[in-house]
Amino acid sequence: MTRLKTETVTINMGPHHPSTHGVFRLILTLDGETIVDVEPVVGYLHRNHEKIGEKNNWIQNTPFTDRLDYISPLNAEFAYVLAVEKLAEIEPPERANYIRIIMVELNRLVNHLIATGFLLNELGCFFTPMFYCLRWREMVVDLIEMTAGSRMMPNYFWIGGVSADLPEGFLPECKELVSALPGFLDELERLLTENEILQMRCKNVGILPPEVATAFGCTGPLLRGSGVAYDVRKAEPYSIYDRFDFDIPVGTVGDVYDRYLVRIAEARQSIRIVEQALRDLPGGETATPKKAKFRPPEGDIYHRTEAPKGELGFYLVSDGSEHPYRYKIRVPSFVNLQSLPYMCRGHKIADVVVVIGSIDITMGEVDR
Amino acid sequence: MTSQETFERLAARFPGFELAYVEGKDPSVVVKAENLVELAQHLRDEQEYDYCSSITAVDYPDRFEVVYHLYSMKNEDGPAILKVHADRENPQVPSVTSIWTGADWQEREAWDLMGIRFPGHPNLKRILMWEGYEGHPLRKDFPAPQDEYTFS
Amino acid sequence: MQSIQGILEFVDQVFVNLSAWFSSLLANYLPDWAVTFVMMLATVLVLIFFGLGSIIWINVFERKIIGRIQDRYGPNRFGPWGLLQCVADMVKLLTKEDVTPSQADRLIFNLAAVLPIIPTFLVLAVLPFGRGMVAADLSIGFLYIVAVGSLGTIAVFMAGWSSRNKYSMLGGMRTVAQMISYEIPMVLSVVGVLLLVGSLSLVSIVDAQGEWRLPFVVLQPLAFVLYFTAAVAEVNRSPFDLPEGESEIVAGYHIEYSGIKFAMFLLAEYINAFSICAIATTLFLGGWRGPILPSWAWFFLKTYFLYFVLIWLRATLPRLRVDQLMNFAWKTLVPLALANLMVTALVAKLVPPHSLVGAAALLGVNVLLILGIAVAKYPRWKREKREVVLVSKSAAPEARSS
Repeated sequence: MTRLKTETVTINMGPHHPSTHGVFRLILTLDGETIVDVEPVVGYLHRNHEKIGEKNNWIQNTPFTDRLDYISPLNAEFAYVLAVEKLAEIEPPERANYIRIIMVELNRLVNHLIATGFLLNELGCFFTPMFYCLRWREMVVDLIEMTAGSRMMPNYFWIGGVSADLPEGFLPECKELVSALPGFLDELERLLTENEILQMRCKNVGILPPEVATAFGCTGPLLRGSGVAYDVRKAEPYSIYDRFDFDIPVGTVGDVYDRYLVRIAEARQSIRIVEQALRDLPGGETATPKKAKFRPPEGDIYHRTEAPKGELGFYLVSDGSEHPYRYKIRVPSFVNLQSLPYMCRGHKIADVVVVIGSIDITMGEVDR
Repeated sequence: MTSQETFERLAARFPGFELAYVEGKDPSVVVKAENLVELAQHLRDEQEYDYCSSITAVDYPDRFEVVYHLYSMKNEDGPAILKVHADRENPQVPSVTSIWTGADWQEREAWDLMGIRFPGHPNLKRILMWEGYEGHPLRKDFPAPQDEYTFS
Repeated sequence: MQSIQGILEFVDQVFVNLSAWFSSLLANYLPDWAVTFVMMLATVLVLIFFGLGSIIWINVFERKIIGRIQDRYGPNRFGPWGLLQCVADMVKLLTKEDVTPSQADRLIFNLAAVLPIIPTFLVLAVLPFGRGMVAADLSIGFLYIVAVGSLGTIAVFMAGWSSRNKYSMLGGMRTVAQMISYEIPMVLSVVGVLLLVGSLSLVSIVDAQGEWRLPFVVLQPLAFVLYFTAAVAEVNRSPFDLPEGESEIVAGYHIEYSGIKFAMFLLAEYINAFSICAIATTLFLGGWRGPILPSWAWFFLKTYFLYFVLIWLRATLPRLRVDQLMNFAWKTLVPLALANLMVTALVAKLVPPHSLVGAAALLGVNVLLILGIAVAKYPRWKREKREVVLVSKSAAPEARSS
């Protein structure tokens, strides 16, 4: 029997699209509804961050890193500040360390909630889970505003500590939030995890085997959903993470559903870490004294952290002056996005948006 | 294993290659461009550095340098840092995409922003700037955005 | 007591009496054929204005309820409780530029914008809104609804095809496939009811529910669920709203329409949703039957209750993918509808009609059928629970690169 001759169609899911997480173009080659190839085109939000970083001095770069991943900005600040402290061998005071961990883990929680909300939005849930997640984000962001002064670009960490101590009302509000959050996560799981339509749309979609994930350099929930228990906080502990007791959730199959479960489980682990940090928070000062002109010694350093989206690393080269000689950011979303064509082949168009939602990218990060 | 050990194993395995050990906070191994692919293959297969975390291109006054940060996910092992020098007129560094698939976009970014070619790369196109853009923005001789407008 | 009865009766028949008074008024001035003609015209106009008018507040109703489910207020700026929001939207849509793509097939493009509204209003003609309040009591009522309702499919296809846009073509194809596939379970599930009644006319269906003294949802629960599900898919409402899946193909077959033409599609969708709720009420929930309140009040209460369920579904459930949609229609709904039909036919032949025994038999048989399906599906549900593994590692003790 002769095969029917078909032609492939090329469709553009252009930069203007409600569900591509920012300006991001996809060139889809389709055979009917099935995807033959996907070519992502990035660069629409490229702002030449790294070159501007070379022109700024070391201290000016700290708020500049907020603009990378604007959903969890404190993680980027944390990574940068730790890299510079490693280069210049500055040790921040203990209280500053604990405050940083609290802030960073709250940001991680917020990021995972938003990622879940947006994933469900892409599934067609018409914003309902997104509004629930955003409501809890508002409470966390209120805490950050109370402390740092700004909701989205906090500019809170300094090289050598944090810029201001926690205000009066922070601790009771944070404790209240942390005790209420597991209940909300339970509610969200009751609504979503056993939902048959969600399971039908997410199970066995976008499967990424562990060897392929490692070869692509994927990190974060994408990698852990595929079954590789690799978390930079455990593999190469930085700051004071070795004092905290938390687990790494790992998936089994490596599909979209696993990544969703991993994110919710990681959110619960973040709550655990914040509880421990709140319990052990010491007193003391919050920053080492700042110098007017900050000149770290010559040399190069690569420091990586576990941001909510994956491994965020800074490669800094210093030539002894006030400006970095090379300021490179190893961005998790950029590297994770390479696995998109692999995950989408053989699926339908409707699955592409779901897979993108499960990788959880932010174009501010990808394009810098 | 520490960088010293990695370097010693490499030197023992490949006695003919020119390897230099550079001390510092992040000790690294300087390798020659033509030996890169073989060394990378060895590192991935025998020393189990299966995860290429970052590929960075740096613009020094006398040379271009490409820095590879390799980690092992299986053994949760520390970085093995390789540095490759390329000359300024026609920088070429062989591509390691055949060894770590994740090097694909990072090398494209190095080509786009720094102008280093990677022979052997399956799809060396501009990634962050648009097709048809002239110049490589991250080079030191390219004017900074704060200095002048580079396009209108 | 008598006066209360009288008042209730008066309120119940107020529209019927109004139309009778109007026709007798006209009879004074016009010959018979003209009176009939003017009365028909008046009925049509009343239906159209009712349809268009109810959109105004159905739309706000929907948006406010979705807002409340999402923990926020709905529209609350225009008018008291945001009631004039729809008027504001219509004005906005009317003032938008009417863009026609240069490559599009103009005649079909323009025609396709107008076409969906027509079957929508035609369906409203046979619905009994109350006791004696039906525009046209056709003896083939339900058949007419099915036949006329399918015209909407052609309009959607015309829209998708004439826009000369890959996205809208995709959307059009999907919609047509979906609408055709879901017509079959929709019709099959109702045939059980028609068997019990013995007639296609909607008025007699409502009367039959009076004779059985039970709404048919009690005698045919499975059919009700099947009909409702298939009808939701037929009118492209969430979770079956793939044709206008915003997050994937950005509005599907009505991508290229703007302004008043887009408003026409929206209008058609809302009135369609209302129609299927109304049909479900008539066929299964007893139509306008109910104590104390006027009959038309009962009709609207039941219809809007079903509409509330539609809104609830829309706000809560994610969307089905196109192949899952098709699988669901052909592999789940059609076999179930056929099974229901066979069982109902068997029981209806064996037991006496209109009696308690008959009702109990039908209900019992339906319950058995549903239990059987649940038992058959249970192993699949049980097997599918998946969880993540929590790996607790200690932080790597030895120092990294020196």
